[in-house]
Amino acid sequence: MPLLKGKTAVITGASRGIGADIARKFADEGANLLIAATNESLLNQVKDEIERAGIDIEFKTVDISDSSSFSELIKYAMETFGAVDILVNNAGITRDKLIMAMKDEDWDTVLNVNLKGTFNGIKAVTRAMLKAKKGTIINITSVVGITGNAGQANYSASKAGIIGLTKSAAKELASRNIRVNAIAPGYIETDMTDSISDIARENFIKNIPLGKSGTGSDVANLAAFLASEESNYITGQVINVDGGLLM
Amino acid sequence: MSDVEKIKQIISKELEIDEAEVVDSASLVDDLGADSLSVMELMIAFDDEFGVEVPEEDYDKLLTVGDIVNYITSNK
Repeated sequence: MPLLKGKTAVITGASRGIGADIARKFADEGANLLIAATNESLLNQVKDEIERAGIDIEFKTVDISDSSSFSELIKYAMETFGAVDILVNNAGITRDKLIMAMKDEDWDTVLNVNLKGTFNGIKAVTRAMLKAKKGTIINITSVVGITGNAGQANYSASKAGIIGLTKSAAKELASRNIRVNAIAPGYIETDMTDSISDIARENFIKNIPLGKSGTGSDVANLAAFLASEESNYITGQVINVDGGLLM
Repeated sequence: MSDVEKIKQIISKELEIDEAEVVDSASLVDDLGADSLSVMELMIAFDDEFGVEVPEEDYDKLLTVGDIVNYITSNK
């Protein structure tokens, strides 16, 4: 049987990259989906691409940094599907600069979207999951949240914050059968990494034990496992999908 | 069923205790074994049943069953 048959998932940042790959995988596994992002036309494209018989897919634009916008998203999912079994807090942005050149706005925007956006998601979905006495939340962090990265003080701080947030939420909600885990992707080929120069890319890959970059599917496969009942005894964990980069 | 009976039934169900224990003087935490999360679950249940949304700053005032009965019936 498909891993997520009959479950409903809300996925943010699902208009492209890892989020779209997670949506694709969850659809393969039989989940009903509410995919969300800021760009409506891209969401519509993803919906058209992964729509199929046996599952329902809806999309809705959201500003995850705004708590009321996230609440509206969850409300819409409850009205449409009657439940939210799975929340994937995937949406994230970068504003890479050296600290000396980083403007307040670069810092605030990245922290507001990546970290506060994840908090807003957890807060918004908790009510529905508490009532159901079950649920699973998956937060997408990054290996740079563990290692740090020159030029990414804001991004890596936001991703480190997501790790602390994941563990706190896991502890708060475990007694109600709500599991909260984080995935830390390493070097994954996406739009976000397209802008990296060839030389920098080669240098990255040289340090990866498996000798290659990862794909969105590599992350999506783990997300499906963590969203499913196969991982019922796993909560509060940060699992790296990085070709062995961190050990 | 009266509102008061309904409120006590919800408390009994959410906290998984016998309805006979749900007396006005009973403290949610000390007598009925509620933890902070179950207090939030109670508030969600009251909102669903009576449409009374209890603001977080009022949680501290709702220490006993009687406090809840008074709050919900007067804010309904």
